[in-house]
Amino acid sequence: MGVETCLGIESTADNLGMGVARSDGAILANVITTHVPEEGGIHPREAARHHARVMGETLSEALDTAGITAWDLDYIAFSQGPGMGPSLRTGATAARALAVRLGVPLVGVNHCVAHIEIGRLATGAEDPLALYVSGGNTIVTGFEAGRYRIFGETLDIAIGNCLDTFSREAGLPYPGGPAVERLALEGSTLIPLPYVVKGMDLSYSGLLTAVTKEFRSGKWSLEDLCFSLQEVAYSMLGEVTERALAHTGKRELLLTGGVGANKRLRAMIGSIAEEHGATPCYVPIGYATDNGAMIAWTGVIAYGSGIRTPIERSHIDPRWRLDRVEVPWRS
Amino acid sequence: MAELTLIAKGAEADILLDPDWNGVKAIIKRRGEKSYRLPELDAAIRRSRTIRESSIIHRAKEAGVPTPLIYSVDPDGAQIVMEYIEGDKVRDIVGRIGPEERTRLFREIGRKTGLLHGAGIAHGDLTTSNLISSGGRGVFIDFGLAEMSDEVESRGVDLNLMYRMLISTHYEHTEELFTAFKAGYEETLDEAQEALDRMNEISKRGRYVERE
Repeated sequence: MGVETCLGIESTADNLGMGVARSDGAILANVITTHVPEEGGIHPREAARHHARVMGETLSEALDTAGITAWDLDYIAFSQGPGMGPSLRTGATAARALAVRLGVPLVGVNHCVAHIEIGRLATGAEDPLALYVSGGNTIVTGFEAGRYRIFGETLDIAIGNCLDTFSREAGLPYPGGPAVERLALEGSTLIPLPYVVKGMDLSYSGLLTAVTKEFRSGKWSLEDLCFSLQEVAYSMLGEVTERALAHTGKRELLLTGGVGANKRLRAMIGSIAEEHGATPCYVPIGYATDNGAMIAWTGVIAYGSGIRTPIERSHIDPRWRLDRVEVPWRS
Repeated sequence: MAELTLIAKGAEADILLDPDWNGVKAIIKRRGEKSYRLPELDAAIRRSRTIRESSIIHRAKEAGVPTPLIYSVDPDGAQIVMEYIEGDKVRDIVGRIGPEERTRLFREIGRKTGLLHGAGIAHGDLTTSNLISSGGRGVFIDFGLAEMSDEVESRGVDLNLMYRMLISTHYEHTEELFTAFKAGYEETLDEAQEALDRMNEISKRGRYVERE
């Protein structure tokens, strides 16, 4: 059998991503378009509307970048969950239509699994402990007996959600994470904020409430608030990551997801990895944020181990947990 | 002066063995500085956890829960000197002991967890790595994340972590071990059912769990 080519469609939240991956590990295209809300956070229906509007042009751009036509595709992978229902449905609909039109198989991919798999491909990590941090997810995971087991996760909101919501509250520009990071560089006073670690799980909703309350009190500079929020939020992540690393004894530490772009968090992860004799692996931002290449690549390896998603079983699952996915390609 | 040996490097602290601490074999738990954390935040976390841990270990013992004896506490140095417990981590022996012994041990651990919770203590990191099987008993160690709390929420978090550990690490015996644990827990804690119900609720709070 020759080299196969897979299109991956990612549409779990505010990004619509189209990527093209080949079974020899080459990523031929990775086009991302982002829905920017006029105000407030992501409105699932508005995001879905955006994805539908740019679906055609994003696909054309991905195929052009890859230097192929749709007829060169051997199968279509799509993000089947978890995520926002309306956004997921839009991507899934496009994937089904393409698969039927081209007469090729469909492969449903778990979004969280894809983040880890593209991270492994992009960094060369073989069996990492992974910290996956984004607007919607905060997960510490590692492969163990056929699946990615969840060692720790947020018990309420994701870290990216905490940063974004605070930055909106404080009138900072979108997206929130980078804005908070910039201001934090100018801060130096540590404001007491709740540091909530429960075993290997964490909680960010109390921290968000507290930092919002401190902001409204007018007692502190925005720089110090951002500085303290980052220090506490990332230290909590550092702690659970370090616990899981010590617990699993893994030799690689993979940082992925959009929040993984933060330099302060990267420095913490690097320091923890060094302390435990593990190799830190940072996923390049184009592959760390929600993107189509990760879906295409995971589609390739899933297809390779016999996974197919017939149309009648291709409905999306907004709550598809990472640790419910069988990972035969690593077993 | 005898040499200290590093016997375990936990995520939070180094565990050192002192073969002759004023004439006894002792464990020194030292919370080292975490260079990834801001020094100010780091010092506050290490100091408060050292004080809290030693006082909670002592209270647990009063409630009839096997824990190491505390010999000495140094808050500023973030260090506790305590009794050395002979035995193996429960995590390491689950796979190699027979089903009968396994069930007995987990029932006993359940019983002691009930006593612990009944005394208003939540362990905070109740995993099989933090239990030592010693002379047939399960000795509870590492109270680093423990808190004084008789809230059903903290109890549920303890139970949830134990259950999650059984799923992630002892997946071959998850239900068998948890059934034994639960039976022991119900024996010693009147409000056991309430805590178990909360555990179920907490496990569903994780992201993307099937909701009923």
